[in-house]
Amino acid sequence: MNAPNQSRQPIDAAPILELKGITKRFPGVVALNNVDFDVRPGEVHALLGENGAGKSTLMKVLAGKHQANEGKITLGGEEMAFENPKHAKRAGVVLIHQEQSLVPEMTVAENIFLGSLPRKPFNRVDWRKLREDTNKILETLKCGFQHDDLVGSLSIAKKQMVEIGRALAFTPRVVVFDEPTASLTDHEKPVLYDVINSLCEQGVGIVYISHRMDEIFHLSHRISVLRDGEYTGTVNTADTNEDEITRMMIGRSLELDHASKPSDFGNNLLEVRNLSVKRVFENVSFNVRKGEIVGMYGLVGAGRSEVAETIFGLRTPSAGEVILDGEVVNFRSAHDAVASGVALVPEDRKDQGLILGMNCRDNMTLASLSSVSSMGFMTSSKEREVYDKYHQAMKIKTPSWRQKVGNLSGGNQQKIVIGKWLHTHPKLLILDEPTRGIDVGSKSEIHTLVKDLAKSGYAVLVISSEMPEVLGLSNRIIAMYDGRVTAEFDGDNVSEDELVQAITGMGRQAQAS
Amino acid sequence: MASAEQSKPRLLTGKLSKAGMLSFLSAQGILIFFLLSMFVFSFFSEQFLSQSNIMTVVRQASIIGIIAVGVTVVIIGGNLDLSVGSMLSFSTVLVVDLHDKIGPTNAILLMFVLTLMIGAVNGFLIGFLRLNSLIVTLAMLSAIQGFVLIYSGGQNVDIADQQGTWFAFFGRGYVGGIAVPILMFGLLAIVMQVVMSYTGYGRRIFAVGGNPMAAVYSGIRKNWCVFSTYLISAFCVACAALVLGSRVMGSQNNVGQGYELLVLAGIILGGTSLLGGAGSIWKTVIGVLILGFIQNGLLLMGYPYYIQWIVTWVIIILAVWLDLANKRKRLFTTHS
Repeated sequence: MNAPNQSRQPIDAAPILELKGITKRFPGVVALNNVDFDVRPGEVHALLGENGAGKSTLMKVLAGKHQANEGKITLGGEEMAFENPKHAKRAGVVLIHQEQSLVPEMTVAENIFLGSLPRKPFNRVDWRKLREDTNKILETLKCGFQHDDLVGSLSIAKKQMVEIGRALAFTPRVVVFDEPTASLTDHEKPVLYDVINSLCEQGVGIVYISHRMDEIFHLSHRISVLRDGEYTGTVNTADTNEDEITRMMIGRSLELDHASKPSDFGNNLLEVRNLSVKRVFENVSFNVRKGEIVGMYGLVGAGRSEVAETIFGLRTPSAGEVILDGEVVNFRSAHDAVASGVALVPEDRKDQGLILGMNCRDNMTLASLSSVSSMGFMTSSKEREVYDKYHQAMKIKTPSWRQKVGNLSGGNQQKIVIGKWLHTHPKLLILDEPTRGIDVGSKSEIHTLVKDLAKSGYAVLVISSEMPEVLGLSNRIIAMYDGRVTAEFDGDNVSEDELVQAITGMGRQAQAS
Repeated sequence: MASAEQSKPRLLTGKLSKAGMLSFLSAQGILIFFLLSMFVFSFFSEQFLSQSNIMTVVRQASIIGIIAVGVTVVIIGGNLDLSVGSMLSFSTVLVVDLHDKIGPTNAILLMFVLTLMIGAVNGFLIGFLRLNSLIVTLAMLSAIQGFVLIYSGGQNVDIADQQGTWFAFFGRGYVGGIAVPILMFGLLAIVMQVVMSYTGYGRRIFAVGGNPMAAVYSGIRKNWCVFSTYLISAFCVACAALVLGSRVMGSQNNVGQGYELLVLAGIILGGTSLLGGAGSIWKTVIGVLILGFIQNGLLLMGYPYYIQWIVTWVIIILAVWLDLANKRKRLFTTHS
């Protein structure tokens, strides 16, 4: 894509970090079985695997969060046994979390040195040294914020930088990035790539975990793959291709989502007219027909999720109207929206989509409780029927319906959320970032499912920050920028450039027609 | 060689069953603790396990138990109710005072209505205005104590004809050889256990307590759910006031003082998490009973009654710590 790193040659050096024969057992499960892994200084070593393959567990063993039952870890030729993350950090192994763990009320400097603030006598904080050290780190990061900015006021991409700055504070030898781009938009990623490259130049070993093939081929020197807790092999990035990697990951060739887009549209199901919420978005108008997939594309913060929430009755519009099936509805609560046949698969599965402490079955029936109960009493046989139906139809991998959803992988969690909404038998299905942080297998399954749903008559609105997803799914694409709809495109006749212009505000004059 | 190969799976299965045993123990921990403490006390006092003593303890515990059933529902829904203590004072004084003035039937009806209204105010402030439940019910605790004193003018109240009135049934009566307070406690507990485990309403309360935002995004009317838990809590307090007023046939202004803590102690001891979204009525029942038996056992062993406050505190800290230790362990066994 941008500035191709054409086939990075593997770096020939003795590994700085070596994991040999790592086995980790949890009660009842072998999470890692005899896994080997190593990182050379100055290389980006990508680690791949489906959700639940053991990548995160391996990295937690590496960073001292878990202790392996068997195997050994060698860092710079010295055998190590990390008892806790702090120990690992001191030795120079740092993990950059998937979920950010910053304190929003504190400044950048305080966050970077959290837990290791420089001290003066009597345990006072040495603010001057803190400032100087922070500035040194910010210089290498080349990012547009100051040491005294509040972290809460930064964008997600910049927060990620602070997280990386925190790793740099330990003069790392190995840095693990666990899905660092999951919450970044396409134009924020290059900044991250630059930082990774500059770390490499300093001889730091990088472990890079991601589901996105394009990133991995762009960045990495070597690729290792895990499958079901087993190590399946390591290849040089220059000598391989996506097909091979996918085969290594899932043990078979991937049935890519080749389903055609829906093409048979009915009447207007949803019509949004001049919808506004003060200071969030303005004058948004569009429509979705029965059997049609409409994509809503834009950067994080462009107001896409907020439009969806307003349609769904979670926000009160300050002007405009939502028309469903020819009737002005303007729902006043999500409850009313659900009752009228609108479903929203929200952006944030963990906070908005699921009750993590509840089991799979209970989450699945949560939005349609009255359909599985009679006289207010739940019928557990009906509940099981519903669960089994979607469990099979969506190929959800769970040991049993009693499993708490918090213990499932992201892909399976998302399928449960989608199943939950399908059982409400909606007319309009809104999907907000339906495949964020999900492995390739589940992703293409979900894409096929969405197309099938549209073909069976659902009206579907898909919100996404991923261009391939929007282009691959949508019949029409609505571009949003800064709280406004900037353009509408035919999903089959639009160039990537046109789309990028529309969502960055550059194409606003151009699309006046 | 063959033996080495065999020993590996055996080791693994050994570990598995041990883990299974541990999780069984921690799940049933409260029940085991209950039986264990009964066992220990029975060594120190012969009367402890006598039928009459057991019945006495359960009857004494039933007032706390009835209230705890309601507060458990509030806690599962993710909130707290600290106002139950002074609500109990209010409702007891009211029903006893009105008994002679407007007759027992009207007194009971009016008491229920007014108590439910207090619950509705709590529920409105917390459910619809989304104020913090700790603050709202703590303020309510002190406000109602004030109302009680205004209402009674600082006088204690009692019923004139204590022998003749059928009102005595609730606190002193027996049905089939079992004291009515125990029956009411049992009945309320069973009904609420069924409601929480087997109805859509119960499931919604668990959802609201477990993740309020996800509940709203699932089309659950969170505000109404929270509101309703305070009505249930108030209803349970009214039932407890019925029992208390009827048993004593009179009431002090501050008769319910400190009940909120005893109720919380029973709930925490039972293992219902204060974070919401988890817990159960039967756990609370056992927690309340443990508390009752420990207090009774200490008395029978000859300790002064105030020792029980200190022991209760120790037990609560222990229960919370065990709960937390258990959660930490579970956190580490999740894998991704």
